[in-house]
Amino acid sequence: MSAHVEAHAHDDHGHHHKETFITKYIFSQDHKMIAKQYLITGLIMGIIGVVMSLMMRMQIAWPGEPNAFLQTFLGKWAPDGVMSADIYLALVTIHGTIMVFFVLTAGLSGTFSNLLIPLQIGARDMASGFLNMVSYWLFFVSCVIMVASFFVEAGPAAAGWTIYPPLSALPMAQGGSGLGMTLWLTSMAIFIASSALGSLNYVVTVLNLRTKGMSMTRLPLTIWTFFVTAIIGIVSFPVLLSAALLLIMDRSFGTSFFLSDIFIQGEVLHYQGGSPVLFEHLFWFLGHPEVYIVLLPALGITSEIIATNSRKPIFGYRAMIASVLAIAFLSTIVWGHHMFVSGMNPFLGSVFTFTTLLIAIPSAVKAFNYITTLWKGNLQLNPAMLFSIGLVSTFITGGLTGIILGDSALDINVHDTYFVVAHFHLVMGISALYGFFAGVYHWFPKMFGRMMNKNLGYVHFWITAVCAYGVFFPMHFIGMAGLPRRYYTNSAFPLFDDLSNVNVVITVFALVGGAFQIVFFYNFFSSIFYGKKAEQNPWKSNTLEWTTPVEHIHGNWPGAIPTVHRWAYDYSKPGHDDDFVPQDVPLKEGEEELQH
Amino acid sequence: MDLTEGTIQEKHRRSRKMMLYFGIGALIMSFAGWTSAFIVSSSRPDWLSDFVMPQPFWTSIIIMIISSVTFIIARKALEKNNKSLTTVMLVVTFVLGLLFVLNQIKGFNQIIDMGYNFTGPTSNVTVSYIYLIAVVHIIHVLAGLIPILVVIVNHLRGKYTSENYTGFELAEIFWHFVDLLWLYLFFFLYFFLS
Repeated sequence: MSAHVEAHAHDDHGHHHKETFITKYIFSQDHKMIAKQYLITGLIMGIIGVVMSLMMRMQIAWPGEPNAFLQTFLGKWAPDGVMSADIYLALVTIHGTIMVFFVLTAGLSGTFSNLLIPLQIGARDMASGFLNMVSYWLFFVSCVIMVASFFVEAGPAAAGWTIYPPLSALPMAQGGSGLGMTLWLTSMAIFIASSALGSLNYVVTVLNLRTKGMSMTRLPLTIWTFFVTAIIGIVSFPVLLSAALLLIMDRSFGTSFFLSDIFIQGEVLHYQGGSPVLFEHLFWFLGHPEVYIVLLPALGITSEIIATNSRKPIFGYRAMIASVLAIAFLSTIVWGHHMFVSGMNPFLGSVFTFTTLLIAIPSAVKAFNYITTLWKGNLQLNPAMLFSIGLVSTFITGGLTGIILGDSALDINVHDTYFVVAHFHLVMGISALYGFFAGVYHWFPKMFGRMMNKNLGYVHFWITAVCAYGVFFPMHFIGMAGLPRRYYTNSAFPLFDDLSNVNVVITVFALVGGAFQIVFFYNFFSSIFYGKKAEQNPWKSNTLEWTTPVEHIHGNWPGAIPTVHRWAYDYSKPGHDDDFVPQDVPLKEGEEELQH
Repeated sequence: MDLTEGTIQEKHRRSRKMMLYFGIGALIMSFAGWTSAFIVSSSRPDWLSDFVMPQPFWTSIIIMIISSVTFIIARKALEKNNKSLTTVMLVVTFVLGLLFVLNQIKGFNQIIDMGYNFTGPTSNVTVSYIYLIAVVHIIHVLAGLIPILVVIVNHLRGKYTSENYTGFELAEIFWHFVDLLWLYLFFFLYFFLS
């Protein structure tokens, strides 16, 4: 059999599998189903993470006041409806962990990389469907373990999502340092394995499985960001694993990598000479790139949606790629800016200040390009577009305070205050979440073959946007006034008494914003079953995923995979009847490919 | 090279190999993490500056290099269709791998004889690092021995031909990585401590 015939036979192979319920919906190896699994798991984890933040906000706004809501959810952790300090610290920790890793890393990258990489590059599936399935199920197991830590006697890990030793290294340090911390470490080790398998698959698929004509400079920007995100993950997550192994040795085997001479309850422990600062270095070598692992996919989704809904080519396509690469590179050499007050050498601090401020350049390039793409565009303000524009807004607002925090001389004044909380929630939390929502609204028709309700989408966007700013704008001010983050209550400090009203305002915005996410969930789940049937290409978009049939099939295209003749952004190109020209349309006679 | 070209099989073969390379990149980063932690910790007051690497760690280098060479000979033999030589060389590689593990354990015993344990009051952080790094490397060696076993079985079943031996190649690439990794780790520790 010649190679060609063999290839064809294999190509057609996937289409006629007999699928059972289990292979189709549970242990599926089809990237589209895995994407949906990631999405729904991520959304459920998102609900858990958001409810935790609302409980924390209630405690901060009304410390010591009995609250039936808290009593219902927290049980023995909120005797008589008053939250205990232990569980507050645990909520801070698990909220951070869940939102950063489970929702915005796995939920965001897992959903859209899986859905879009094969569809947009023109591949039948991922390079390894099996590893892809394993990756999802490891993620699922790690979610279960993390949530299960709420049900252990002494409570979940409470050392902050950064798990600095000694709180994380001494099982007797606090309630959550025992079994809770062990479960945290187990869950994260499994999560890292899942993320590594996913990332390897994404990188290799993008490089090898592109269809004919899909050169790297014709790739949609979504794919570029997923690709670079996966590479950052491959480079940085293993270092967290190194740190975690050393930590486990200190915890369970009595070594002194991170622990120095310590007394606990009058008893001298045998540890000597170690330094938690070493852990901080190793942790933030992952921790900072992680911020971009969270943010870059959202930026890619935004690039795609803004270009499509402005009916204009993306401005500065190559500059966008260059800035993503620059951000990725810089993200690995700035970790020290999280440690300006850790006793690090001030000279080293100034080096980290320099590299950190450099990130402003590629970030500004991206913001500039988004705005220039919108400029004089024929704007289609659907919910996906609104969330994308919302992302540009929060990315700029949060990014500006990043310049303040990146400078060691300024950072020291507001370190560990609510100013930092406001900064990172806007620039990576809300921005990435907006990217997530934008992606869901935009690709929902591709995922489920139906449309989401537009009006509910508008309600969802506007209330979320107002509430997000309502929560995080005032935080800048109370941060500058010195209010420390992570504190269970501030009522013991008279100098913060004047800020308590601001905290109530913030909490009210948080509660309203949180409650209105129900609109999204209602819209999402009801549209899966009752939404309007989607057309082939509802947003009149150029990318390849809209050439596949609305009803999913294994292998994506019923016939041959389309060949690509142009880049992804030929919108409103002169000489064409429509204001969009899909990538698989050959160049007309005499037509030149846009110099991009 | 245009990676959009090629049949679906070629693309998948390429992908598997590339996935291994990126995976090795991730493993390198984790070892970079441990060796950087080692460097940072060397400024500690309780750091041992006069630690002498045990002799078996030297022999381990030679065993590892020979095992890489035998693996290469096995592949060359396969390419020339000399199947019996391939079998012999694969088995030799596997045995050398086991020998390496035993030799490392001998090295640990010598360190214990010098009076240093991994942990506890008779330990020292320098030695803790050496134990940890060497043991994690051994885990990688074991992870490399399993594919060699699989390759031996597949080879005996005649799965590989002189043109088509991707699985064989993947096992070989990983084995060379484990080999070079020990070379790097050993000389890193040796020069850093001397």
